[in-house]
Amino acid sequence: MSHLAFVSLAYGATALTIAALVGWVLIDQRGRRAELAELEARGVRRRSAEKAGADHVQ
Amino acid sequence: MITSAANYVSGLANPTRFLNAVAFVLPWMVGITGVLFAVGLFMSFQAPEDYQQGMTVRIMFIHVPSAWLAMMCYTVMAVSAIGTLVWRHPLADVSAKAAAPIGAAFTFLALVTGSLWGKPMWGTWWVWDARLTSVFVLFLMYLGLIALYRAMDDPARAARVSAIVILVGYINIPIIKFSVDWWNTLHQPASVIRLDGPTIHASMLYPLLVMALAFTMLFFTLHLMAMRNEIWRRRVASLRRQAARSVQPS
Repeated sequence: MSHLAFVSLAYGATALTIAALVGWVLIDQRGRRAELAELEARGVRRRSAEKAGADHVQ
Repeated sequence: MITSAANYVSGLANPTRFLNAVAFVLPWMVGITGVLFAVGLFMSFQAPEDYQQGMTVRIMFIHVPSAWLAMMCYTVMAVSAIGTLVWRHPLADVSAKAAAPIGAAFTFLALVTGSLWGKPMWGTWWVWDARLTSVFVLFLMYLGLIALYRAMDDPARAARVSAIVILVGYINIPIIKFSVDWWNTLHQPASVIRLDGPTIHASMLYPLLVMALAFTMLFFTLHLMAMRNEIWRRRVASLRRQAARSVQPS
C-alpha cells in the first residue's frame, strides 16, 4: 500500500468513528425525547412539574 | 468570584438547571468545534511532509489527539467517580456513565490510527510493547465499564461499584503516559508534553495543537449531549415507576 492509502484509511476510519459516535448520541437523544413526549401525552408528569403547574394556576 | 463560581457549579447539581445550562451552551460548542476542525484540518494538510516519514506524518494530527482524549476521558471519569463516592453529586455518576462510550471510541481511534501509522513506519501493524498493550488495556477497561453499567438495574449500586472500578483502573493512565520511559518500546517517547518543551517543529506543532483543541471540544460537546440523554433516560424510568404506582390498587 502507498503512504497515501495509509493516510486515507486513517482519516476515513476517524471520520466514520466520529460519525458513528455523533449518530449514536443523536439517535439516543431522539429516543429519549420521544419517550418523554409520550409520557407527557399520557399525563404523566414529574411531581415538581405538577406542583409548579398547580402553583401557577393558583 | 470563587464563591459565586462554586455556587454556580453546586447549583448545576439540580438536573433541570443543568439541562437549561446545556441547552444554552451546546449550540456555541457545536459551532466552535466545527470551526476548530475546519481550521485544524486545513493546517494539517498544509503542514510540510516529514523528511523521514513522508506524508504518513499527517496521521499524527488525528492519532495523537485521539490518544490524549482517550486518557483525558478516563481522567474525567475518575474525577466523576470521586464526585460519586465523596460528594455524592447527583450528576457525577451521570458524567462517568456518559463518558465511557466516548472514551472507548477515542481509544479505538488511537489504536486503529496508530496501527495504520505503525505499518509503514515500523513494518508491523501491532506489537505487544508496553505502550500499545497499556492502551489496549484501557480500551478493554472502557468496554468493561460499559458492560458493568448495563449489568446492574439499580443505578445507585451501579454508580458506587463503577466508581470504585474506575478509580482502581486509573493506575493504567500513568502507566500509559510513562510506559515509553520505563520500558523499551517500539513507540517513540513523548515529543510534545515534555519538561524541556516540545521537540516538534512549529510547522507541525501548531496544526497538532489546533486538532487537539478540536478533538477536546468534540469530546466536551458529545459528553454534555450524552449526559443530557442519560438524565432524560433516568427521568423516563422515574416517570414510568411513578405511573405504575399510581395505577396499582391500594
